[in-house]
Amino acid sequence: MKAFEIVTEAINPQHYADMVLRPEAGAVTVFTGHVREWTKGVRTLYLAYEAYVPMAEKILAQIGAEIEERWPGAQTAIAHRIGELAISDIAVVIAVSSPHRKAAYEANEYAIERIKEIVPIWKKEIWEDGEEWIGDQKKKPEGDGL
Amino acid sequence: MITVHYFAGLKEVTGVAQEQADLSGHTVQQLAQWAADKYPGIDAGAARIAVNEEYALPEDLLQAGDVAAFIPPVSGG
Repeated sequence: MKAFEIVTEAINPQHYADMVLRPEAGAVTVFTGHVREWTKGVRTLYLAYEAYVPMAEKILAQIGAEIEERWPGAQTAIAHRIGELAISDIAVVIAVSSPHRKAAYEANEYAIERIKEIVPIWKKEIWEDGEEWIGDQKKKPEGDGL
Repeated sequence: MITVHYFAGLKEVTGVAQEQADLSGHTVQQLAQWAADKYPGIDAGAARIAVNEEYALPEDLLQAGDVAAFIPPVSGG
């Protein structure tokens, strides 16, 4: 198991929390992102995630480095699952430890925002009557974003 | 020659996950144009291009053996 990885099996969040825990950490935040059934009134049956794996792992590690720079003393572990995921499955886990809680909360949210911006991972929603690759959820709801 | 990867929706347009292209010495911008010409349905403008697993600039030069990838808008998380 690595601190920044793309996985194909079910994620155990505790593993990543353990990875960042150390004596000087007074706080560990663990965020898990899950497959949601309903999005804007449309029912999702399941999701399929794809990644450009080597680049995605590299950029997850880069996000970890950005966090260390912005919140000195914070340490991060991130895993994102790809393949077919069922409703409520964990798609992503982010664990951040820091001496005090504020940095751990802030850095954790920073990590998920950055993942949605720059990590080459894509989600396909499969519905009862169709499917679609989702892109650019940060900038849209409507119109094209470059 | 360089290797070109396609992902997600772009891969469904091209029908291939990767291919070789004779674009050594050309720019990343020219690679985008090459793909747009070859695959009329591709929205190359909406995709970012990575070279050797790092986001590249339009003016960056491609070298033999480089691995380029079209990165459509991402949707992880």
